[in-house]
Amino acid sequence: MSYPADFKYTKEHEWIKAEGDGATVGITSHAQDSLGDIVFVELPKVGAAIAQGKVFGSVESVKAVSDLYAPASGTVTAVNGELATAPEKINKDAHSAWMIKITLGHPIELDSLLSAADYEKFVAEEGGH
Amino acid sequence: MPATRITALHAAHRRMGAKMVDFNGWEMPVEYPSGGIIAEHLAVRRGVGIFDVSHMGDIRLGGPGALAAVQHISMNDASRLAIGQAQYSAMLYPPGTFVDDVIVHRLGEQDYLLVINAGTREKDFGWVRDQAGPFECKVEDLSDNYTQIAIQGPKAVNLLQKLTNADLSAVKFYWFTHAAVCGLKNILIARTGYTGEDGFEIYIPADESTSTSVWDQVLDAGREFGAVPCGLGARNTLRLEATLALYGHEISDTINVWEAGLDRFCKMEKPEFIGRAALEKARAAGLRRTLVGLEMVERGIARDGYKVFGEDGREIGYVTSGSFAPFLKKNIARAYVPPEFAAVGSVVRVEIRGQGVKAQVVPTPFYKRPRKS
Repeated sequence: MSYPADFKYTKEHEWIKAEGDGATVGITSHAQDSLGDIVFVELPKVGAAIAQGKVFGSVESVKAVSDLYAPASGTVTAVNGELATAPEKINKDAHSAWMIKITLGHPIELDSLLSAADYEKFVAEEGGH
Repeated sequence: MPATRITALHAAHRRMGAKMVDFNGWEMPVEYPSGGIIAEHLAVRRGVGIFDVSHMGDIRLGGPGALAAVQHISMNDASRLAIGQAQYSAMLYPPGTFVDDVIVHRLGEQDYLLVINAGTREKDFGWVRDQAGPFECKVEDLSDNYTQIAIQGPKAVNLLQKLTNADLSAVKFYWFTHAAVCGLKNILIARTGYTGEDGFEIYIPADESTSTSVWDQVLDAGREFGAVPCGLGARNTLRLEATLALYGHEISDTINVWEAGLDRFCKMEKPEFIGRAALEKARAAGLRRTLVGLEMVERGIARDGYKVFGEDGREIGYVTSGSFAPFLKKNIARAYVPPEFAAVGSVVRVEIRGQGVKAQVVPTPFYKRPRKS
């Protein structure tokens, strides 16, 4: 699996791509592979505030429910409506099936996240498939 | 603490890259990379899917007292079985609650085979051995003798016919035969399953080499029908859509036959069986709770154990099983609720991560396979 070099990553398997004042957030290919077929996504509404490291929603596969952790703090400016009816898009291409767009409250928070290379190493060490 | 058990096909599952999970002390495949739960589920509904169900248990009763012993411990009427016929039933405790559900096969004049759940193998065998004690029959645990492969779906008969000389068109649903399969002699072929589709379960010798060879041959023969190996994930979503009970969920040692809605498999006209007296009393006393089918109306997936509330906010019951249903493409569940909430169309709320999400009672079975005319 390759991870886009212009994303940053969390140990909970979310990705964040900084774009100007804001950022786009999703979950990684490794996450969707571990989860299996995704059947339900619960996301915050536009205008909601999210805080780095705190739960901002959930993603469900047939067998399990998984919390989504915010990679950075900010306010939600857009939600990917496609995922309400076609959550399987995340399985097909996790790195383009974005979940939310946010303003970045504290851009410096991104410095504490993993680079693509570090995330790849983290996943390999975790031993998961 | 007993070590985790594996079936003879464990290495084959690993070879195929299956995601493995612990199920009642067994390491079993939950899904395969060739499919995934949804694709495996749909393969069974539309074509054919192959399952390793060797973790199930097998108890044989043989002798002059075998029928009487079965009649004593099983709630259905085994005296109606012809040789070669099977029936769904359950073994009950004296209060009319469930030891396990079971498929009773009549192998011969005085020869019966009970196929039971994986998680209750030891408990069931001890129960059968003890309760059958007074009867003139031998009770054998044959669970480790067989690898059990389920071939399920509308194309199951086409697949299996390639591998056997038995005329499968002559084997009706819930009947069985013995014939050569993949060159192995005298293999039990039963037209039974846990998916709501037509299908077969074959019982072959449990050594790894034979088991793996048959597994590979079945998948190979199924290639033209789109056969895929299927794990416990799809097994669960299939049986839920088909509204089939799972021990520990819809049935257990604290739930009785009437509550579980399994009346039609319980022959009260039999003069005696374990649990009969308590069921008689319970029937007269009336139901305190009953099993219903739910369909989510608002967004959310009701899962096992979630609480159910009335519209007035009062807690009224709980979900026994729930999931996204891959063929029906809905979120469905079964739940125990008081009888006054059981009418089709009744609105309830399921507590999902702190929120009361609207659901309604729907008719069951959720899914019934199309009958060929």
